[in-house]
Amino acid sequence: MDLNMNVDAPHSMGTTIIGVTYDGGVVLGADSRTSTGMYVANRASDKITQLTDNVYVCRSGSAADSQIVSDYVRYFLHQHTIQLGQPATVKVAANLIRLLSYNNKNMLQTGLIVGGWDKYEGGKIYGVPLGGTLVEQPFTIGGSGSSYLYGFFDQAWKEGMTKDEAEQLVVKAVSLAIARDGASGGVVRTVIINSEGVTRNFYPGDKLPLWHEELEPQNSLLDILNAPSPEPMNI
Amino acid sequence: MSSIGTGYDLSVTTFSPDGRVFQIEYAAKAVDNSGTVIGIRCKDGIVMGVEKLIASKMMLPGSNRRIHSVNRHSGMAVAGLAADGRQIVARAKSEATNYQSVYGEPIPVKELAERVASYVHLCTLYWWLRPFGCGIILGGYDRDGPQLYMVEPSGISYRYFGAAIGKGKQAAKTEIEKLKLSEMTCREGVIEVAKIIYKVHDEAKDKAFELEMSWVCDESKQQHQKVPGDLLEEAKAAARTALEEMDAD
Repeated sequence: MDLNMNVDAPHSMGTTIIGVTYDGGVVLGADSRTSTGMYVANRASDKITQLTDNVYVCRSGSAADSQIVSDYVRYFLHQHTIQLGQPATVKVAANLIRLLSYNNKNMLQTGLIVGGWDKYEGGKIYGVPLGGTLVEQPFTIGGSGSSYLYGFFDQAWKEGMTKDEAEQLVVKAVSLAIARDGASGGVVRTVIINSEGVTRNFYPGDKLPLWHEELEPQNSLLDILNAPSPEPMNI
Repeated sequence: MSSIGTGYDLSVTTFSPDGRVFQIEYAAKAVDNSGTVIGIRCKDGIVMGVEKLIASKMMLPGSNRRIHSVNRHSGMAVAGLAADGRQIVARAKSEATNYQSVYGEPIPVKELAERVASYVHLCTLYWWLRPFGCGIILGGYDRDGPQLYMVEPSGISYRYFGAAIGKGKQAAKTEIEKLKLSEMTCREGVIEVAKIIYKVHDEAKDKAFELEMSWVCDESKQQHQKVPGDLLEEAKAAARTALEEMDAD
């Protein structure tokens, strides 16, 4: 047990983040653990941040860096929307994120997944990993917990899922990653974006499935204090 | 045609007592003295045509281009002072490339028109600059379909179905209004534009002219380009025939 916990270490979001397109929109999912070293600074954080009415971003890596990037892009997109006179496209949002990530790559440490819906392209997911690449993909995963999900998605992903199938896939995937990644945990949050709007869902720990080697809760050893004393022997 | 400024027209930063800025109006006169430029919005794209008045027989045909591509899917035709026009085209190209780098998608035509108009207007605000002596017809095809804009030296910009500037603009506008643009394809539009330009050309006052045309439509795969040679010849022939028929009446 690390008794010298550095509670002043920079907040990092170990994280598992996922973005998935389905027939008609996108589903974004994330865990909710923010850690400072070994200490969980926030066990119920919201890593899925709004950029515009129709575009959201999943944040991973340094909490501060990802927040600042999101804040700047939200500001630029707001101005852009006013100038254009109509909602910004997901591609534009992703490009702005990419420009900040790439041009400040020496100072930033954040991997982002931009997802949303616009009237020209429909639902789209863009990955902007550490160096500032921009990749449009049908689905993408990120954060420390994602390492455990590559094989899972290779098998479980398919084109043209329904909204419910996609959301279930995301929830299952995040909970699998939480089971194996120490830096991911807490609750699973999802955001579904389509032509009708945005829906936020919340899956607390007790609603998530347990995976095979996860222990059942142990009885507490403190229970013996309240146990009745043994009956005296009758001679 | 209009009153003399008498003292209120010396600077673009001076209003006259009746609320006019004479320098801008004089700039518009420079546009009115140039060859006619027209643009129409057909159902599948934009056609633009310029009546290029030839100053000398020694000039190479095809030189002194008046229609420029700003980016893949939009172009502008300039009337008025050619050098001023070059400056505006350069600025428009720069705005378009800059937008693409920042936002990752080609500049919407509406946005481009606003930026060009803003730039033209800028030069009407300071005493050390003179207004641009150009009128611009901007045509482009983006995700919201084909769009046609016109920018005046004052910096006003509006969206049009059909627009005309230059010497023969009044006559040209009358002709354009007769056309059923929403039912016309660009192929047909090219012929009509040629006919109009030939018609409004004043044989008496100006000797020779060269017709320059461009389009951006479904047929050109939403790219701004010169009207293909054979279609251009066809249009010129049709225009000449129409003129002769008119003269024969």
